[in-house]
Amino acid sequence: MSMTMSQKILAAHANVDQVRPGQLIMADLDLVLGNDITSPVAIKEFAKFGIDAVFDTSKIALVPDHFTPNKDIKAAQQCKMMREFAYDKKIEHYFEIGQMGIEHALLPEQGLVNAGDLIIGADSHTCTYGALGAFSTGVGSTDMAAAMATGKAWFKVPSALCFNLTGKLPPWVSGKDLILHIIGMIGVDGALYKSMEFTGEGVASLNIDDRFTICNMAIEAGAKNGIFGVDGVAIAYLGAHCKRTPLVFQADEDAEYERTYDIDLATLRPTVAFPHLPDNTRTIDEVGQIKIDQVVIGSCTNGRISDLRIAAKILKGKKVNPTVRTIVFPATQEIYLQAMDEGLLKIFVQAGAVVSTPTCGPCLGGHMGILAEGERAVATTNRNFVGRMGHPQSEVYLASPAVAAASALTGYISNPESIEE
Amino acid sequence: MKAQGKAFRYGENVDTDVIIPARYLNTSDAKELASHCMEDLDATFVKKVQLGDIIVAERNFGCGSSREHAPLAIKTAGISCVIASSFARIFYRNAINIGLPIMECEAAVAGIKMGDNVSVEFTKGVITNETTGERWSAEPFPPFIQKMISADGLIQYLQQEVLL
Repeated sequence: MSMTMSQKILAAHANVDQVRPGQLIMADLDLVLGNDITSPVAIKEFAKFGIDAVFDTSKIALVPDHFTPNKDIKAAQQCKMMREFAYDKKIEHYFEIGQMGIEHALLPEQGLVNAGDLIIGADSHTCTYGALGAFSTGVGSTDMAAAMATGKAWFKVPSALCFNLTGKLPPWVSGKDLILHIIGMIGVDGALYKSMEFTGEGVASLNIDDRFTICNMAIEAGAKNGIFGVDGVAIAYLGAHCKRTPLVFQADEDAEYERTYDIDLATLRPTVAFPHLPDNTRTIDEVGQIKIDQVVIGSCTNGRISDLRIAAKILKGKKVNPTVRTIVFPATQEIYLQAMDEGLLKIFVQAGAVVSTPTCGPCLGGHMGILAEGERAVATTNRNFVGRMGHPQSEVYLASPAVAAASALTGYISNPESIEE
Repeated sequence: MKAQGKAFRYGENVDTDVIIPARYLNTSDAKELASHCMEDLDATFVKKVQLGDIIVAERNFGCGSSREHAPLAIKTAGISCVIASSFARIFYRNAINIGLPIMECEAAVAGIKMGDNVSVEFTKGVITNETTGERWSAEPFPPFIQKMISADGLIQYLQQEVLL
């Protein structure tokens, strides 16, 4: 029987030749991830095993990125618990403030993700690493605890949807617009329990940061994972970051997909998801006059160097609208330094934006940019649920860095095509 | 094993941010989490909920974040079962892993209103609206998951069955 790329990775890690959709397997993991919100619960569960050591001190990553730098005493207590566990268990990949970055940008950058890996993380956006040809998926804290103890996790083998991409993205249209378009098309449960496999000649034109963004939001369509084939772009990134030899899995030519969607990238428009679901999408041409109070550029979805370059290109030599609080947060220290070297941070500050240390803070209404009642934000983040960025009566509009930067200048949700260079 | 209680009836795509808003995730204390359960969707939930009550919701319940705090808050608030047309996958996994009973049954969801008295027989997968007398059969769990539930969660299952 033929298999998809995701199924092949699962089969290899379950030490079987073949898996079929719906089959329950126990599989060996290459990496287990937790953050400062999910790890404390996992650490309590881990204690129930009554064992001293984790399965492999080199295959666990602990990243205090959500409510850090510690936003309050309770958050500080949670981070302390995680730090003490990391030292006690001799976890090699614990990232203290200073080395810390937003987990899903940090792990690939630090070379912890390889093509062909099977990775779970107690964070729903763990699906990001599919950009490098890994099978990665979000789980809860109990799964994380069990994985830290055993190095294994149970999986129900997913069926798959195929997204066949052709053409090239137009100027000012990015991977964010593509994934918002797809979620708008199939809905927030359109890929429930399934893999989203991205293929076709159009893939070659997507840079690695676009691919991270696309896989990152697979969960917003309910998917188990999102994944790209391993091509030259992925190999180049892996070569620069990961010391291991890439393990390349390819879908069989006759692999079965529940459905194939053909998308011509050239036809896409800048796309915005209106409150309060990521599938509530409109193209920029259908947005109308939406006055905004805040712009957030960053996150595990869009805090990478390409995202910052696009935003800087629009903001260069201009001033943000004085009624718009514009917050830029590079996703990792390395990206922060690179943005500094390229002069991007200066452009942001001169435009009247603030630049934050890496943190997940504003995306989930944690800290560093909470909305008041009735306020609206354009954010390059991934969720616009009720109360996501603050008050339950506030609103989040999801968009690309280009749309977010253009909106910061005008004070309304704006088309980057309309901004004069 | 049986659950019985008053139904709290909600719509589709009830996400983990309304089940337990992130502003409360600076703790993992179950009781404290439970005191804010469903706050941004139904501020009266915490005041009204009684031990044994049942949440009934439409498709994609628990979408969004991987926070296990969501099923934990629901369980600790006293909810004995969540019945939904479908569940988001991480929530589904988390509920099973922590021992919060869940049932997928679209027909039952359509036949239950806010405040109805509902009972669930887990072993048979039978859901009854005691207020109207209507009865439905839900899909039973696969044997692997049934074993996990009878072992009282993932950790205990792994200790007993496989790995250590």
